[in-house]
Amino acid sequence: MRKLIQPAGSNTQGSTVGKSRIHESAIRHVTGSAQYVDDQVLPLNTAYAAVGISEHTKGDINSIDLDDVRSSEGVIDVITIDDVPGHTDIAPVFTGDPVLADKRIVFHGQPVFAVLATSVRLARQAAQKATINISPQQPVLSTDSAHEAEEFVRPAHTMQRGDANKTLSQASQRIQGEIAIGGQEHMYLEGQVSVAVPQEQDRMLIYTSSQHPSEVQKLVAEVLGIKLHKVTVDMRRMGGGFGGKETQAAQWACIAALLAARNRIAVKIRLPRMQDMMVTGKRHPFLNRFDVSFNQHGRITATNIQINGDCGHSADLSDAIVDRAMFHADNSYHLGDCHIVGHRCRTNTVSHTAFRGFGGPQGMMVAEAMIEKIARRLDLDPLAVRKINFYDNEERNFTQYGMKIEHNILPDLVARLETSSDYWARREAITQYNKNSPVLKKGLALTPVKFGISFTAKHLNQAGALVHVYTDGSVQVNHGGTEMGQGLHTKIGQIAANEFGISLDDIEVTATRTDKVPNTSPTAASSGTDINGKAVQNACIEIRNRLSEFYLKSLGLSKDLLTDVVFNHHQVSIENHQISFLELVQQAYIGRVSLSTSGFYKTPKIHYDRATGKGRPFFYFAYGASCSEVTVDTLTGECMVERVDILHDVGTSLNPAIDIGQIEGGFIQGMGWLTNEDLRWDDKGRLISNNPATYKIPAVGDTPKIFNVELYPDPNPEDSIYHSKAVGEPPLMLAMSVWCAIKDSISSLSEYRLDADLPAPATAENILMACNKIRRALESQ
Amino acid sequence: MIRFLLNDRITEIESAASDLTVLEYLRDDKGLCGTKEGCASGDCGACTVSLVQLTKSDDALSYKSINSCVTFLSTLHGKQLITVEHLAVNEDLHPVQQAMVDYHASQCGFCTPGFVMSLFTFYHQNTETNHQNIESALSGNLCRCTGYRPIIDAAMHSCSHRTADQFDDRKQQTISQLVQLKDGTAGLKGLFVPRSAQELAQLLVEHPDARLFSGSTDLALETTQQLKDLPCLIDLKGIKELNQIGIEDNYLSIGAALPFSEIESLLLMHFAPLKELLWRFASVPIRNQASLGGNVANASPIGDMPPVLLALQAQIVTDNGNTQRMIAAADFFTGYRRTALQPNEWIRAIRLPLLTQNHILRAYKVSKRFEDDISAVCAVFCLRLNNHIIEAVNSGFGGVAATPVSAIELQSALLGLDWRLSSTKEKGAEVLRHAFEPIDDVRASAHYRKQIIENLWHRYWLETNNEESKIETRVIHYA
Repeated sequence: MRKLIQPAGSNTQGSTVGKSRIHESAIRHVTGSAQYVDDQVLPLNTAYAAVGISEHTKGDINSIDLDDVRSSEGVIDVITIDDVPGHTDIAPVFTGDPVLADKRIVFHGQPVFAVLATSVRLARQAAQKATINISPQQPVLSTDSAHEAEEFVRPAHTMQRGDANKTLSQASQRIQGEIAIGGQEHMYLEGQVSVAVPQEQDRMLIYTSSQHPSEVQKLVAEVLGIKLHKVTVDMRRMGGGFGGKETQAAQWACIAALLAARNRIAVKIRLPRMQDMMVTGKRHPFLNRFDVSFNQHGRITATNIQINGDCGHSADLSDAIVDRAMFHADNSYHLGDCHIVGHRCRTNTVSHTAFRGFGGPQGMMVAEAMIEKIARRLDLDPLAVRKINFYDNEERNFTQYGMKIEHNILPDLVARLETSSDYWARREAITQYNKNSPVLKKGLALTPVKFGISFTAKHLNQAGALVHVYTDGSVQVNHGGTEMGQGLHTKIGQIAANEFGISLDDIEVTATRTDKVPNTSPTAASSGTDINGKAVQNACIEIRNRLSEFYLKSLGLSKDLLTDVVFNHHQVSIENHQISFLELVQQAYIGRVSLSTSGFYKTPKIHYDRATGKGRPFFYFAYGASCSEVTVDTLTGECMVERVDILHDVGTSLNPAIDIGQIEGGFIQGMGWLTNEDLRWDDKGRLISNNPATYKIPAVGDTPKIFNVELYPDPNPEDSIYHSKAVGEPPLMLAMSVWCAIKDSISSLSEYRLDADLPAPATAENILMACNKIRRALESQ
Repeated sequence: MIRFLLNDRITEIESAASDLTVLEYLRDDKGLCGTKEGCASGDCGACTVSLVQLTKSDDALSYKSINSCVTFLSTLHGKQLITVEHLAVNEDLHPVQQAMVDYHASQCGFCTPGFVMSLFTFYHQNTETNHQNIESALSGNLCRCTGYRPIIDAAMHSCSHRTADQFDDRKQQTISQLVQLKDGTAGLKGLFVPRSAQELAQLLVEHPDARLFSGSTDLALETTQQLKDLPCLIDLKGIKELNQIGIEDNYLSIGAALPFSEIESLLLMHFAPLKELLWRFASVPIRNQASLGGNVANASPIGDMPPVLLALQAQIVTDNGNTQRMIAAADFFTGYRRTALQPNEWIRAIRLPLLTQNHILRAYKVSKRFEDDISAVCAVFCLRLNNHIIEAVNSGFGGVAATPVSAIELQSALLGLDWRLSSTKEKGAEVLRHAFEPIDDVRASAHYRKQIIENLWHRYWLETNNEESKIETRVIHYA
């Protein structure tokens, strides 16, 4: 077992915060009693919906013949876009996402109609029976063709500093290159699912597996043509989200609501896995190009980077995703004079969406690709090149978007990992091994992560909470965040327990509901605990102050002592007075003190001016580094990750077990993205890796046999909740060390003189092709 | 009627759709929603349940994990089905559940019941608790949240300190219940469970369109994925003749309906180099159901056993109740998913000729993932040498053509050559370079497949001429 570092110097008074408390649902998880949307007991006459999808990739719809669907066994109703009473476009930010296809098809598998039947199976069978007549058109299927056809979902955005082209043209050392980065299927184990239960008159209750209940509420109201206050969304837990249920859950809730409203019965829709994979957006594939100059030590002097996100057919969240790729094209390095342009390419695939990291990972891959190339050119160890390019505390301490790097712990963090992972001794051993092993080659890499924390859309950085204290001393907490497995509710419970000085058993964090906390932001951008935790704390402090005031008054003490009242170990104390929390609560109730309040929080300090490409879009950065060792079979390209060491910064950990769980899980998910997970579309734009038999996420044997994860001990210097740091997304990018280690092993074929040309994901096939390229290059020398 | 123990209750199903899966039955009919649907195709393990059956001698119980999403109801007959709801006694969690809690091994929790059931099953097997066996036991369960480390730790902890649980305490009672249940005819309308080849022959006369299955891991996909109705099904698991394994005059004869988990030990005793391929053939729950006969009858070009049968020059024994035929594996696969089976005929057994000391067999599989994946290429080589001189070359390949195929030209090219010489290897490589025209698909490009065949041949040569040089050739080892 690894060491769990207990936080030092927190203001948490030895309470539940900072302890490895079990997930609030852990016992229900293991006994099968945790309910997901599909498990709920529904009204007797509940009917089931399915969608009919397009067999074409692009074209105008001439006609939709639904006669055979309507006459299919068990069918109750069939709808198309023409049956939507309110808005038909459910796009989250811009436009272009019709709830069902609107006159034209823009990707293969696009939902065209929805059918309601008496059983799941009958609905799905009926949905196969439509005849959809389409005039097909030539689809756009790559970022290069999108450029050629000038197809973009949003205008390009640019960030720059200095005169990059001038510096590049004058440089003695300069490399150009490109890196193709594949997308990623979320593969949440629980697929998309929604239930709509009609209430009195035109009111609607929705159960959904969504990271963004408020948006589901808004869109359901809009498609039904009613106001938001008539719609309530209830979300207890998701069976995984990872960004795939931020915008992508709404469509199914809207379809269920439309059918429920028309037929006045409860409607459930659950996508079969293959359809789920075909009709919901994924992590964006990117094709990024760079031009970089550097000095003889490998320090970057100028960069010109072109970022091309494959956004699919509509904007969805792509504007912010490509922006985040641009914000992270530096990863942890000063890019010198730089010019970064980000294109939002429109292609005829499903509209790509949020996925843990939100474009950041695809941006960082450019930085790592450049570092690797520079290192091989100069015959330096890539780690040395990484370190020489870190931000420093003097001149090279502003990002390409003008944000000052404060509290830069990365050099120290990397130095510690360099030691604990024994990097240099293993480097030597691996070099020796490779000299004596003609087929198998080992590789080693240590890569850093610097990830900006905050929504880059400023208005989303707000959160609300609702806290009730009951007369038996128990507390109910509600907040705007959603539980998808990340342990948010556990941490929130710990925060509330800490604020009241009571035990975790006395706190119940209830299902996220739009009628309890309104106008919430999605649980995304790693912000869940940061913003909702602060909002809950704010509410708790308000109630605590009311209780304190009441107590001081009853003791005849001055109100000025308010902040001196201590809530701890189920006791409330001031000076030499003490009362149990329960007794005080009961007295306060009798004394007519309100024991319920809302809380609110907005993230301070952040701003970004898109016109100038400058600002401080992030409240702070989360840091980490990982060191991976791999073995590659140069005959087949098969690869095994042998050992991984991680040191990651979560500030003061609220719950080390949950944080380590996020780090390990994020790392493995990132490793899947960069190795086995291979999204494939055919030349007609059809997704062919459309089920778990053809799309392979990491399995139990892929977990490295040696997997050391430690938490960096320092608190967050910013005023975040108990000085913790966000942990949802940053660890995913630690997996870049696996990709770099594979490149390192391939490069050994050239005695480390040539950089391996390895696209992501590094499948066995791509690895073997990269080996072949190096072998050919050596032959031709 | 299907009679079985659902947890500790004797349960009878009198009518149900012939193609209803156990998962659908549990969730929709019984309201037991702890068992989850993640994919309905046997790929994720969220639906894993434990199936307990009497051993042959009727005096002990054997536990197996299965994917309830690809299992038809007839499989339950005479057995005990244990679901996740039944493991805890009131507030007391089962040791595997408690360890999953203590090690923080659940995050979103959706895959958790499946992991719990795989671990529970492993807990009740006499298998040593070590890393490789744990990985094997969990090979059919996907988790997208944890990265598996805490699950592995929970497994290592709970299963290395096994103590008797409530199921052990109730063992005798369960045995006597199952003994009672096993008699009586099984089946439902449209779902037949014959006991003999004669009964099967008769059923096929009456229901010529019936679909045969043993493990149902492939056939069930027609209903769960393609939504086809399967109104007439015949379960072969009760037919004695199809469920026997043993040595018969220098052949290992394997009953067609036996699941892989029941043939593994004997198969590996005689064909040890197949271990890696067998472990990677599919996940444990799938291997607990899928049969060799099914893998052969499917005749999929990417099935992993047909190349083995080709390289071993196996015989397929077919039957129609009157006449048995012995068909060479090489003649059995006649086209894309087509075989030499006649209507009303089924596979009775597969006969593998035993190897001599002069045979060197190797079976290789290349896929995107090591566990539970379909081959991009499967290559099986079997040389017979006499003092290093090649006397016979047999091979089998999957993923390179519309059917499983051999590279027959290897035989004529290499006969009489010294296997130790790199020129011999080069000559074989030259043959293999031109032997096939594979296609591009989701698993690999044609180009990669061609190169892999050649490179696996190179690996074969290295591994079988490698006693002194000890050149390492595998990134993964199956001890």
